[in-house]
Amino acid sequence: MTVSRSSLGSALWDGLASLRLTIALLLLLATTSILGTLIPQNEAPATYRAIFGETGYRFFRALDLFDMYHSWWFQILVLLLAVNLIVCSAERISRQWTLLAGKRPLPDPRRFAGVETSSTFAMPQEPAALAARCEPLLRRRVGPVLVRGTETGGRFLYAESGRWSRWGVYAVHGSVLLLLVGGLIGSRFGFDGFVNIPEGETVQTIQLRNTGERLRLPFAIRCESFQVSFYPTGAPSEFRSRLVILEEGREVLRRDILVNDPLEHRGITIYQSSYGTLPGREVQLSFTSRETGMVYTRQMKPGDEFALPEDLGTFVLLDLRPNASFRGSPVGDAFVGRLVPPQGEPVEVLLPVRFPTFDRMRRGEVVIAVEEVKQRYYTGLQVNRDPGVPMVYAGFVLMLVGCYVTFFRSHRQVGLRLDPEGGGSRVSLAMTANKNRMALPAALERLAQELRRLS
Amino acid sequence: MTSSILLSATTWIYGVAAFLYLAAWVFHRRSLEAPAAGAAAVGLAANTAGFFLRWAESYRLGMGHAPLSNLYESLVFFAGMIILVHLVVERRSGSRAIGAFSAPLAFLALAYASLSPNISDRIQPLIPALKSNWLIAHVITCFVGYAAFAVAFGVSLMYLLRTRREAPGRLAARLPEPLLLDEWTHRLVVFGFLFLTAGIITGAVWANTAWGRYWGWDPKETWSLITWFVYASLLHARLVSGWRGRRIAVLSLVGFGAVLFTYFGVNLLPGLHSYG
Ligand code: HEM
Repeated sequence: MTVSRSSLGSALWDGLASLRLTIALLLLLATTSILGTLIPQNEAPATYRAIFGETGYRFFRALDLFDMYHSWWFQILVLLLAVNLIVCSAERISRQWTLLAGKRPLPDPRRFAGVETSSTFAMPQEPAALAARCEPLLRRRVGPVLVRGTETGGRFLYAESGRWSRWGVYAVHGSVLLLLVGGLIGSRFGFDGFVNIPEGETVQTIQLRNTGERLRLPFAIRCESFQVSFYPTGAPSEFRSRLVILEEGREVLRRDILVNDPLEHRGITIYQSSYGTLPGREVQLSFTSRETGMVYTRQMKPGDEFALPEDLGTFVLLDLRPNASFRGSPVGDAFVGRLVPPQGEPVEVLLPVRFPTFDRMRRGEVVIAVEEVKQRYYTGLQVNRDPGVPMVYAGFVLMLVGCYVTFFRSHRQVGLRLDPEGGGSRVSLAMTANKNRMALPAALERLAQELRRLS
Repeated sequence: MTSSILLSATTWIYGVAAFLYLAAWVFHRRSLEAPAAGAAAVGLAANTAGFFLRWAESYRLGMGHAPLSNLYESLVFFAGMIILVHLVVERRSGSRAIGAFSAPLAFLALAYASLSPNISDRIQPLIPALKSNWLIAHVITCFVGYAAFAVAFGVSLMYLLRTRREAPGRLAARLPEPLLLDEWTHRLVVFGFLFLTAGIITGAVWANTAWGRYWGWDPKETWSLITWFVYASLLHARLVSGWRGRRIAVLSLVGFGAVLFTYFGVNLLPGLHSYG
């Protein structure tokens, strides 16, 4: 069997242009997409091993099922759909070009001869005079009218409306391509990161979500304050961060953001996404003398020094250490201080916020406890750049407009033939449409009645 | 809450409408069709009143939001839209029985909302992520689309019964003309597809304003896309010669299965959407 190159090429082209391939691809995309909703995506390998066992894990990983919407085979399906779409639309546009491009076809009376939706009746006027009266009516009710003579010495009038609606389908298909290209631009040139900023602090680097890398922004973000308000039921009602954008130390923008109301600066968008609390830097400490049982309290900030009564020595608050550990066990956020007794070595004292009486374990002359820490909020921000969004939104608009036009507008053509018949005319009215043919008979009937009234 | 009472009453009115429609079909009493449609219309009025009353009540409770924020509220809206689409189809098609299979769907939706122990009919405050006009547009467009698909499901089911290969029984023969059913399946799918498209798009815009991404392959998003693919293939299949009638009707059933899974099934999977 010999297959010439060109016929192989054209077979491939036909295959790529076929609507059967479209249906197969759409259904294949639908069924394979189910997998990704059943298998949790982008979890840690250990989670998958626990669910599927080692062999199951390897098998699924080989098929990229743990990030399947970004897998090579899923992307090939999407790419095939895009190629199918382009080839098919290009083929049809080139085939229908004269129809689409608005060059009006010569109205050939024979085209309307066998049309199903038609009506024939007689009118008293002779064709030329009747044509002059029918023309304005057709123009009003349908659209632009062309007139020519017929071989019987009568007249043929042709009117059409909504030819532009034939572009609707291509608008829909074009919009799918816009969405795909917009998505691609976003994933190539955008980023997706997050950062937590404690109230009052300023940051310039964020962490990227997929890679965990750090990224330096072209500006700094300061969180002046964060507020959360609650409903009486205790459910959160609003999260509000007061942000300031700084460029080279200068304030360039100041705005509150809420969930659903992000801030945009230099193509980078900052979203309210979470919040949390940190211990504040100011702490009220109590000092209990083991000998006398007396309790002395003191408000302190890191750097403050306190000369203890009863000759117990001097205490210096050094720092707040986030996520501290004690002999290898995590104890959460903790203050660290140094106690210098009158005799002997200075000791480091660890004061975990969560365990106020932790210092008793040290069995010193004085027990230091955390009485109260003023909480401070941090705001959790999502920081994104997606240069594909304008194209995606344009795709959304085009898709909606295109769908509306495709579904609810049609190209209607009307042929009105007036043949001389016994001093008057024999009138044949025919109507075609490329869609919604069910509504045609009624429309034809209405038009026919209006025509009859012209006599 | 008055709205709850009104909506429970709506459930029973829809039940009566469904019963009358089915009785008209099974016992071949065409005279029952008009009362059935009347009951459906009365139910729709009560449903609408309940919806707006609930809206007003949420303001009186100091939470003020459109009643479209949880599963109960979405089911109420869904049921109302099914009946609305159903009545419009009956009117436009000139056949009172064409929507007969959708009245039971509206009844089931509301009965599920009122009776399921897992669904609370309390008016709840809106969490911050749900405070968005895009959300309202999203829910409305999605559920108008779902309602059209639900009625299309009923019409397709009628088509399949009516055109069974082995001799159709007497019951099946009393269903509306196959040509009419096929045409209305298509029209409803077209209408639903437009609204589903708008629903997915408004959802994407909302996600972009709330979380900074318009698409995240969350299971609910993915299932709405699956549904969209199924109906898109139906529309294309109809344009290939020969794909009319039964195969289209089957695709319409599959599509509605996907709608139901998007709506209910996905809540069994992890994701961001807490409501229907
Ligand atoms: C997700 C992707 C797609 C969407 C959303 C889409 C959407 C649509 C819609 C809404 C219609 C109108 C259907 C109707 O009138 O009932 C249509 C028609 C059509 N589509 Fe697609 N389509 C997609 C992909 C494709 C692809 C890949 C092809 C390539 C072969 C294709 C070829 C066609 C053709 C030939 C028509 C008929 C045009 C006509 O009536 O002249 N579509 N499409």
